[in-house]
Amino acid sequence: MRLIVRRLTLYLLTAIVAITVNFFIPRLMPGNPVEAAIGHMQSQVTPATIKALDLQYGINTKVGLAGQYFHYWGQLFHGNLGISFSAYPATVTSVIRAALPWTIGLVGMATIISFVAGTLVGIAAAWRRGSWLDNVLPAMTFFQAAPYFFVAILMVALFATKLGWFPQNSGYDTTTLNPGLNWPFISDVIDHAILPALTIVVGSIAGWIIGMRNMMLTTMDEDYVLIAQAKGLSRRRVITYAARNAILPSVSGFSLAIGFVVSGSLLTEIVFSYPGIGYVLLQAIGSEDYPLLQGIFLVITFAVLAANLIADFVYSFLDPRTRQEA
Amino acid sequence: MPHKQPHKHMFQLPKSAKIRIGLVLALLFTLLAVIGPWLAPYNPNVSLSTTNPLPQPPSSHHWLGTTQVQQDVLSQLLVGGRSTILVSLIAGVIATFLAVGFGVAAGYYGGWLDDLLSMLANIFLVLPALPLLIVIFGFLSKSANPNDVLIGVVISITGWAFGARVLRAQTLSMRNRDYVTSARIIGERSWRIMAFEILPNLVPIVATSFLFTVIYGVGAYTALSFLGVISVAHWSWGTMLYWAQSAQAAQQVHIEWWWFLPPGLAVGLFGTSLALLNFGIDEFINPRLRAAGLSRRTARLAGLPRRVPLGLTPVAKSPAVSTSGQR
Repeated sequence: MRLIVRRLTLYLLTAIVAITVNFFIPRLMPGNPVEAAIGHMQSQVTPATIKALDLQYGINTKVGLAGQYFHYWGQLFHGNLGISFSAYPATVTSVIRAALPWTIGLVGMATIISFVAGTLVGIAAAWRRGSWLDNVLPAMTFFQAAPYFFVAILMVALFATKLGWFPQNSGYDTTTLNPGLNWPFISDVIDHAILPALTIVVGSIAGWIIGMRNMMLTTMDEDYVLIAQAKGLSRRRVITYAARNAILPSVSGFSLAIGFVVSGSLLTEIVFSYPGIGYVLLQAIGSEDYPLLQGIFLVITFAVLAANLIADFVYSFLDPRTRQEA
Repeated sequence: MPHKQPHKHMFQLPKSAKIRIGLVLALLFTLLAVIGPWLAPYNPNVSLSTTNPLPQPPSSHHWLGTTQVQQDVLSQLLVGGRSTILVSLIAGVIATFLAVGFGVAAGYYGGWLDDLLSMLANIFLVLPALPLLIVIFGFLSKSANPNDVLIGVVISITGWAFGARVLRAQTLSMRNRDYVTSARIIGERSWRIMAFEILPNLVPIVATSFLFTVIYGVGAYTALSFLGVISVAHWSWGTMLYWAQSAQAAQQVHIEWWWFLPPGLAVGLFGTSLALLNFGIDEFINPRLRAAGLSRRTARLAGLPRRVPLGLTPVAKSPAVSTSGQR
């Protein structure tokens, strides 16, 4: 429990820092974002909207900085992230809400696949050290070092454009299908998700493999593993003993990885025109939609913190030592 | 058999193939960053033909083909390399300085300073960096066209935390070693102990953390320019990919591979070269990993049993190593 409480404090602090940074960035930067915004809005802008924007960005307002800050927190607690410039008069919250399920589904599935497969390969690579697997690892680092979106571009070029195995873009066939819980739609969604998911797996799996392999090599030198083998336990049992202990740093390293994976996924979505947060992000950048950019930053931060918390629960479940009351 | 001077060991090329390949590649890229723009055959901005409506594949005039508006891809690659590598090196150097300063200070002084700095590092570790950078550059690019130094500095702010955490842990384990204690008893100042007693022992970790942050810097800068948050008129490998993506070069019936492949491969190879160097340092710090690099053939030649998954870390020298030692 102590671990969970300590981590929870950290996440709470991180959230406060993120929210505060989000408040101050527009105020520290030169220029007037509201002016740019109004130019981008297609339809009529009401004076009330301009007033709300002025308050949001601290321009032409008589309210002091502290007052603006409290107002900003109040708006946040009401789930109000402001009005999207590009999708005016839609709110940022509604724009993000429409895109979020796509991203969570894609990133979640890809991360689980990558973690499980990477860990298993890492175990095999450690057990059979010196085999061909060791030589594959440096090649894998290329895919880790190359940007996700470049891997995505390669995937599109090879599997979608050249071979025609998968659709080139979007989340489902928008021309013929209506979203709903029917098989044609679901199978189409899966069909569109395979290539983006594969990209994320290819981009992130090397980290899990190398981390697991290195930890496994260290664990395999422990006495209890040697004794397990000396007792004549089956190889499978021995590997399980070592792997169960070696996996812990992988789980606790999850928090470092998840931020990178989410960021990489956003870029992947852009290449595939996948209707998730990444695609919305690109449009927000293109139309200088600051409220939407900031809203996305906050939502991603909260999502990453939530994923971290889940990883911490798993960790404290796997490692009894962390559950001890000290 | 002539024996070489002992001090020559210092100047010997490292034996690991990973380090050698990594070193050569990294030096090549650095050289490219320096002389690339002078080698560029054309101005990367100039449309060289108004008659061609489509990107042209590689030819003798344009070794890497042209873009949709008939700019020379090779020139863009050579010019864009300088900005890409410069930004990532600046980000790496500054982030490493921050990491060393914060990490060693936190580990050495302990107490409230440690609590504060560790908390700060942990916050920066969980805070998703790319979205934060996008927001910062979103507002920054609005008013000013950021230059390479500024971009590097901003990226470094989000990249120091991991190194600081590792360095703090290592400093903590050294704080009460005998030689540090004796230096303290002699009355050496704290900064001197940190800089001359502790820091030299952290060199491999500092190097690892530097390489990591440079890799991070390349990734972040390329991603930001791919997204178009940083001016798309400022040539880097990321902006090349931005233009290729907005022209849907990978989705065309005739895939315009010469447009997106060179910048993407360049980013990937530069990152890989640094990662290979990192592998080498890892194996230097942790001999278990190095031994794992023995192939079965070398292990057999070295007289080691073939199947030794457990209980024995074969750190015996491989024949390749011993012959080069006798040269």
